[in-house]
Amino acid sequence: MRDDDRIRKESVGISRRDFLKVSGISFSVPLVMGTRIIRVAGAPVALQGPGKVPMTFTINGKKFTAELEPRVTLLDALRQEFDLTGAKRVCDRGTCGACTVLLDGKAVYACSILAIEAQSHAITTVEGLAAAGSLHPIQQAFVDNDALQCGFCTPGFVVACKAFLDRHPNPTPEEIRKGLGGNLCRCGTYVGIQAAVMQAARMQKGG
Amino acid sequence: MAEYKWPEPEKRSLIGKRHNRLDGPDKVTGRAKYTYDVNRPGMLYGKILRCPYAHARIVSIDTSAAEKMPGVKAVKIIQEPGKEILWAGDEVVAVAAVDEPTAEDAIRAIKVVYEKLPHFVVDHDLKAAGDQVRPAGEETRGNPDAAFAEADVVTEGTYGMAVITHCCLEPHGSIAEWEGENNLLVHISTQNVSGIAAQMAAPLEIPAGNIRVRQDHIGGGFGSKFGPDRWGIEGARLSKLAGGKPVKIMLERDAELMVAGARPSVYGRVKVGAKRDGTILAWESESWGTAGPTAGASPLQQIPYIFAIPNFRKKHTLILNHIGPARAWRAPNHPQACLLTMAALDDLAAALQMDPLDLFLKNIALTGQRAEIYREELRIAADLIGWKKNWHPRGDKTSGPIKRGLGLSIHTWGGLGHASECDLTIQPDGSVRVQLGSQDLGTGTRTAIGVVIADTLGLPLSAVTVEIGDNRFPASGPSGGSTTVGGVCSAARRAALDALDQIFEKVAPVLGAAPADLEAVGGTIRVKNNPSRSLPWQQACARLGGMPLSVRGRNPGPGTLTSGGVGGVMMADVSVDIETGIIKVNKMVCVQDCGLIINMKAAESQCYGAMIQGICYSLYEEKIMDRITGRMLNPNMEFYKLAGIGDIGELVVHMMTGKGYDERGVIGLGEPPVISPGAALSNAVANAIGVRVPYLPMTPDRVLQALEKKGG
Ligand code: FES
Ligand code: FES
Repeated sequence: MRDDDRIRKESVGISRRDFLKVSGISFSVPLVMGTRIIRVAGAPVALQGPGKVPMTFTINGKKFTAELEPRVTLLDALRQEFDLTGAKRVCDRGTCGACTVLLDGKAVYACSILAIEAQSHAITTVEGLAAAGSLHPIQQAFVDNDALQCGFCTPGFVVACKAFLDRHPNPTPEEIRKGLGGNLCRCGTYVGIQAAVMQAARMQKGG
Repeated sequence: MAEYKWPEPEKRSLIGKRHNRLDGPDKVTGRAKYTYDVNRPGMLYGKILRCPYAHARIVSIDTSAAEKMPGVKAVKIIQEPGKEILWAGDEVVAVAAVDEPTAEDAIRAIKVVYEKLPHFVVDHDLKAAGDQVRPAGEETRGNPDAAFAEADVVTEGTYGMAVITHCCLEPHGSIAEWEGENNLLVHISTQNVSGIAAQMAAPLEIPAGNIRVRQDHIGGGFGSKFGPDRWGIEGARLSKLAGGKPVKIMLERDAELMVAGARPSVYGRVKVGAKRDGTILAWESESWGTAGPTAGASPLQQIPYIFAIPNFRKKHTLILNHIGPARAWRAPNHPQACLLTMAALDDLAAALQMDPLDLFLKNIALTGQRAEIYREELRIAADLIGWKKNWHPRGDKTSGPIKRGLGLSIHTWGGLGHASECDLTIQPDGSVRVQLGSQDLGTGTRTAIGVVIADTLGLPLSAVTVEIGDNRFPASGPSGGSTTVGGVCSAARRAALDALDQIFEKVAPVLGAAPADLEAVGGTIRVKNNPSRSLPWQQACARLGGMPLSVRGRNPGPGTLTSGGVGGVMMADVSVDIETGIIKVNKMVCVQDCGLIINMKAAESQCYGAMIQGICYSLYEEKIMDRITGRMLNPNMEFYKLAGIGDIGELVVHMMTGKGYDERGVIGLGEPPVISPGAALSNAVANAIGVRVPYLPMTPDRVLQALEKKGG
């Protein structure tokens, strides 16, 4: 949570405060809209949208560009513009974890971040975890422990596990229960997931 | 002619072992494409305007502003003015646009005027329903009045469980596109790949044969995805209006929870009579519940559950209300009937001051033909949970606010394999491919088929390519009622045996033996019990003469490869905080039979998953309707609660295999283990706190209310 907040502040072209400044003064100060740059209290502020604006992303180490409305979420940009459909849209409001991706190595809900905000960060999706031809140890552990049924929650879980294990290389069961509480599975694969996380932790240590 | 039976235990190389899923690597890498993931060139996004009222009449619809919006490619009124709407969320207008934001803007620009009508969304109060009811039957057997008079102890209780939704993580939806005037290609999230086209044909006025249905993976169904649904049909119509361009309509989460599937509630007053020694004599129940606006199914037939109580009188009434229609939800009617029965018997045991395990065993003959199975399963489950050591009479008398208790329940299900065909093709180079119009609901269908074919042909699992999810493949039944694994595995076994017969014919002269003396083992075709006279698989297939060998397997077909009817037992160990009302599952044990197990890993996963879903509906899940507005109050995932990884406690699964189980052939396993958790957890809570929490989910407020009533 706190990590997300920090990311948001650092990444946004227009900060929330700038936006408030704009809307706060817009009744009294005429704004020049055509240039996409306006001056608010003497400082230049970029105005984006409401139409499509060009955006650039770094996803799994590659550059991607698209013209998107500023209201488009990172999740929808990934899925609809770049056909990176590993992250799933389930709750679409930050509850289920199915859309989990890494932003500079931290797990975030892609449905709850605007694409425009994610531009200056390294984005890793489930598609970017495995080296060509072989599964990431976490992915292998999910397969070995049957930690998936329908598999719809699985990419989100795999990515969340990656971020979790990076922070807790020697997790206790209690840490797993807390650390992965932000991902939901409808089919009921938690027993397999617990076992998979333990196996992956062992494998990553070369055990 | 092959003999169509399963291999003897010592001859099974893969069947019954632990296998990783064939599609596991695709699913963990994000490569697996679900319907929701299908993006077609030039695809349009469909959105649906839904009625906000639970009961209303459409007065007028103005779509002109939406039609004029740039990027909007088709607008279609689904229900015309004059139509009566019977639940909030019903579909009124559909639009297709170049992207999702535009489609959403278009939906917002449509103006609909409704005449609001009185609605009724209550389901637990039969009196409040007035004449909004429909009798679902009553039945009397034996002489309940005389039996109750004869009983030493008569207990009465009220029990029930709320409406829950399916909450599939992949919502319902499809991508429809026309290939010319008369041919439709539809990618759809469905449990019924082979059956969808016939359902779409009539409304779209094209032959079913012109509709191609595709689905590689499905993100959950649980009984809610058998049909194309109205949005599926309207998606195809929007596509037509837009000149055949692909139109994708996937339900938003709120729509998914409001309209795409619910399990009916059941509530009931139950009376049971028994002799002092625990012999159960009589049952009486009056139950009710809702399947929404239509009458729907009733659990009456399953009440009392499993125990054939000799004298009973029972009655069920359906409440018709404006909460949206119900659908089959994993083991339809059984969890409800199970709770009403097992909770009532548990209360009876408490009144008799008996251990419920002893009461169940005392009356085990009433469970009929599976009595011995239940007896064995109860013994194993009791061992695994430490029943004799941990059980105490109702009401944990230890000090402190945390009370611990044990509960048990038994269940049954049919699970006879459905009709299924499959095509098995073996190439002269030895490659093996099997195709059928089935689907993998999460069961591990692909893997089960692969295991059966590979085991039969004496090959490793990796040698078999399994293709499902296309209605151009041989037809296979819908995945419902735990019928899939039995159906597809039986078809696969017959196909593989027939193919082997033909290979034996060709190879016999080479090996200087009669075809009947050959067997397929370890990647070779060899003379039975004589590994020195053998031919590697590839060389044997090279004898096919340049042409692939193709056979069709059919279930039903000769031989008895499947049967129906399983028994299962669950026991639960819970802790309840009587100050907060919060229930914690410490441990749950599932002991389950399902005939011949094909893939032990997947079979266990079914049970784990069912227990977790059971914890969800016992403790958290509820479709909460607002009486005032008639709308669902929690159509999202923060207030429609599912268990998380920290909510499940320790889960233990024991599958019954071996003699007495395997010979029955394959029996489906999807439904059975999801039936008992409600009753087992309810009984465990009663054992812990000394009082019954009558309704599921046992939310903290319901626990505290139950405790308070006892005190007052
Ligand atoms: S879809 Fe993003 S958290 Fe559920
Ligand atoms: S495996 Fe189906 S939702 Fe998790």
